[in-house]
Amino acid sequence: MDELIEYGPDLLKGFLVNLQLSAICTVLALVLGTILVAMRVSPIPVLRAAGTTVVNVIRNTPLTLLLAFSALGLSDTLGLTFSDEPYDNAFWLVVMAMSIYAATFVCEALRSGINTVPMGQAEAARAVGLTFMQTLRLIILPQAFRAVIAPLGSVVIALIKNTTVAQAGGLLADAAFVMYDTFDTTGVSIPIFIGLVIAFMAVTLPIGWFTGWLAKRLAVAR
Amino acid sequence: MTKPQATVLYDAPGPKARLRNNIYTMITVVALLGVAAFVVVKLNDKGQFAGNIWAPFFEWETWNQYLIPGVQGTLTAAVLASIFALIFGSVFGLARLSDHKWIRIPAGWVVEVFRAIPLLLLIFFIWFLAPDLMGGGDYGLLALVIGLTLYNGSVLAEVVRAGVLAVPKGQSEAAYAIGMRKSSVMRLILLPQALTAMMPAVVSQLVVLLKDTALGYIITYIDLLNMGFKILPSVHFGTKLVAAIFIGVFYIGLNMLLSWFANWLERRSRRSRKTAAKPVALTTEMT
Repeated sequence: MDELIEYGPDLLKGFLVNLQLSAICTVLALVLGTILVAMRVSPIPVLRAAGTTVVNVIRNTPLTLLLAFSALGLSDTLGLTFSDEPYDNAFWLVVMAMSIYAATFVCEALRSGINTVPMGQAEAARAVGLTFMQTLRLIILPQAFRAVIAPLGSVVIALIKNTTVAQAGGLLADAAFVMYDTFDTTGVSIPIFIGLVIAFMAVTLPIGWFTGWLAKRLAVAR
Repeated sequence: MTKPQATVLYDAPGPKARLRNNIYTMITVVALLGVAAFVVVKLNDKGQFAGNIWAPFFEWETWNQYLIPGVQGTLTAAVLASIFALIFGSVFGLARLSDHKWIRIPAGWVVEVFRAIPLLLLIFFIWFLAPDLMGGGDYGLLALVIGLTLYNGSVLAEVVRAGVLAVPKGQSEAAYAIGMRKSSVMRLILLPQALTAMMPAVVSQLVVLLKDTALGYIITYIDLLNMGFKILPSVHFGTKLVAAIFIGVFYIGLNMLLSWFANWLERRSRRSRKTAAKPVALTTEMT
């Protein structure tokens, strides 16, 4: 128990990095995912193909590979930098890779949500003269979002758990890295591991309950 | 060209819409070409098309010493973890269906907890714990396989449970009615039908498992990522990007093949008359 108390502040600081990453990536993933799904259901075949390719490529790539590629390939080799500060640069590289990865799953969730919207909804929208973008924005997506709140909740939970992989992208600050570092210097500590697991569960479990409750509350009555 | 299909979102385009769509198509193509050109120029600026970077990939040495052992490392971990995860999943999936509370409830806890732990934390923990318990040595593979087994096994346990529950109640009622015991009902009636129903979901979970083997990179297990990103570039300088392309093609190719196989199994199981159960939903969750 002593180790947990001794290294508690460091671990907490690391855990806050995980939360920070989670919050930023969730917002970006939702935005990017919505754009991707708009591409994938659009009437333009080239846009559809581009969206499908992006989704299939990113979704089937391990997140670790995406992160390592961003750090070693995009940043080190090709010179893509977000900031001169090494920490900020690594942070935004990780944010970029994780948001894109999560966005493809948001896109797939939304696409299955769009399939739950009855044909008549879009037909009625067109009958009153709405354009494709208006139909999507005002009629289809609001219903699709409500149908996929629970799956989106799972994406967010997975995203929070995935922030532990940030060190593959060169961000050596999150809770998983602090744990690694501590184990490396003082040896394995069961209280630290359990403490961190509980910290993650304390965030992910309520999100699961909340999105489950919200999904039921907002379910479209048909 | 096939006639444009009406979907939920738009009608089959008329003459005006076709014209408009063609204009948008042009704009998209130009934009995509612009992005491609930018990438090519950028790559060229950084000398990524230089012969000396690509040359190692046309030599047998590189494949023999780095890439093929890397693929072997990744596949070893994936195959071992798949086998153990399937065993773990079957045991705990069935345990959760047990009639005895003292088996059902602990099994439920184990499955829920291991699904909730971030996988990398679990792998780190095992990696550092192993030397304490068993003395010095290289525990990269062990930690990776145990971590993957516990996490994916827990997900598979839910698939197994869902598969058995997907068999209509009448099947087991009929079996009990003709005098079968509990174990016979499970072995002869429920499991054979559940197996067909859960196969697609099992295969799609294996895609997740294969992707997660890449975590071995972080604990310096010699897999494809370590070979491509760390070991190969230390011998042939500046080959990271090319190696990334190779690794990407390997993972994406194998995963798409597995996903396609899962979808094919699902279609087949949907048509199947050997089972009364509907196929268990494929894993589409992010990991």
